[in-house]
Amino acid sequence: MPFSSLSEIQNRLSSGETTAVEVARLYLDRIASFNDELNAFVHIDPAHVLAQAQASDKYRSEHDARPLEGLPIAVKDIFCTQDGPTQCCSNILKDFHAPYDAEVITKLKEAGAVLVGKTNMDEFAMGSSTETSAFGVCRNPWDTERIPGGSSGGSAAAVAAALTPAALGTDTGGSIRQPAAVTGITGLKPTYGRVSRRGIIAFASSLDQAGPMTRTVKDCAMITGAIVGHDPRDATSVADAPAIDWLAACESRDMKGLKIGKPKEYFVDGMDAEVRASVEAALKKCEELGAEIIDISLPNTEHAVAAYYVIAPSEASANLSRYDGVRFGHRCDNPEDLLDMYTRSRDEGFGSEVKRRILTGAFALSSGYYDAYYLKAQQVRTLVQQDFTAAFEQVDVIATPTSPITAFKLGEKTDDPLTMYLSDIFTIAVNLAGLPGLSQPCGFANNLPVGLQWIGPAWREDSVLSAAAAYEAATEWTTRSPAAFGGES
Amino acid sequence: MEIDVRKVAMLSRIRLTDDEAAELGPQLSSILGYVEQLGKVDTDGVPPTAHPHDAAMPLRANVVTNGNRREELQAPAPKTESGLYVVPKVIE
Repeated sequence: MPFSSLSEIQNRLSSGETTAVEVARLYLDRIASFNDELNAFVHIDPAHVLAQAQASDKYRSEHDARPLEGLPIAVKDIFCTQDGPTQCCSNILKDFHAPYDAEVITKLKEAGAVLVGKTNMDEFAMGSSTETSAFGVCRNPWDTERIPGGSSGGSAAAVAAALTPAALGTDTGGSIRQPAAVTGITGLKPTYGRVSRRGIIAFASSLDQAGPMTRTVKDCAMITGAIVGHDPRDATSVADAPAIDWLAACESRDMKGLKIGKPKEYFVDGMDAEVRASVEAALKKCEELGAEIIDISLPNTEHAVAAYYVIAPSEASANLSRYDGVRFGHRCDNPEDLLDMYTRSRDEGFGSEVKRRILTGAFALSSGYYDAYYLKAQQVRTLVQQDFTAAFEQVDVIATPTSPITAFKLGEKTDDPLTMYLSDIFTIAVNLAGLPGLSQPCGFANNLPVGLQWIGPAWREDSVLSAAAAYEAATEWTTRSPAAFGGES
Repeated sequence: MEIDVRKVAMLSRIRLTDDEAAELGPQLSSILGYVEQLGKVDTDGVPPTAHPHDAAMPLRANVVTNGNRREELQAPAPKTESGLYVVPKVIE
């Protein structure tokens, strides 16, 4: 049961074989047993979880079940929730209680989900390893000496070790897909503008997007279907987004006639040879399932990381100016004057990676440098987007490795920020272009999970889901789970 | 590239200890050194992208929609008094 998919649990709930309370107890017990080792959750309130499960069982006895009735879902500490603290794993938001729910939290509640708790993350989602969390590093269930990816590493580790069947993450430069890849689960970043950002603590507003992290493709679709929709209170939410039949997209079992683009820039020297072999084997499998693999080029890929590390820190430096010790968050003791209060509160509250990014952004936006950095990066962003537009005239979806490497050791890259940044090399372009991207398990390299990334045209999550569902049905990677946590590896 | 870390830290309103400044200087130089490759890309006539789908910023009617929640919204503030945020003296 613990390693069941969300849809299997849903079947057992509807048949009356189990109850939401029983399901909640099972995962609460697992959290109690394993969280100390993984540090996947940073906040958990068992009584509140059980109360939600009881309310769901009562609702089911009186009404038709809602789309996520009684299903446990954990959320990253970046989502504002009225219940419990919302701290973004930063000391500057220590003990912060949000006065309202994020729009996606409201939608999960309306869909009948049981919210399990808050998961660990890199501070303000800035990182690729969950090592910058102010509440301690999170560990990968496949090897607890290794990182679970980031920034949504707590959500990934929690799902991979079955401390919850599903979780929400956010993805600014790969923060759903990369942790999903290195922990052997499935994660979807929807098209930018598809999911409301209201109440999601902002990192880089033109890139941030929330999405599900689950065991299976269908589970991703179930959750995405429940959280999408235009939100007039998020000015970047798109009003006329084409609708999708989320579950129907996952029924595909073959790839007949599907044109899959294989970009040469994503299969390069320097990536882990075993990772490359796993992804090449996955593409072979897709050919057997009827797909046509077409070699393509996305020539501006090599500049995507550089453009991202101007745009994301610039937007972050503006967004994080709100943490000034006045309206919420940490304030230093005995400030001498206003400037002393700002500078000391921010020094004490922010960790070193966050400071690094704020400073990088402030520099790029500063007088005399704006055109050479920020404006230039936005122009390169246009070129990256145009690469994809041209490619999608030739192919239906694009397939790549999610990450050039498997999970690295804790501490291995913390001394060199630039090397850490380069671990996102295959996920960043998707955010710059605002496209949907999904990572699913496609094998093992060095005994660690490898992720296959699917990229679709804007608003075509259905193409991505249907390719991923067909691949999943033809392979057994989603049934693998870490033995040390009671799974079958 | 040489970066005046102290100046950028002041723009960011972040106090840095000497140790932090000594560590951040080379790190920022290395990050910005990497980013300098953007200068080699020909972007003549390429429009900048701010929103991936080029959506226009929508306007809404200028009306109150969420009622008066002052107490709730001020609850997380470090210091308030009579519904006001209290900060150190600004004007002598």
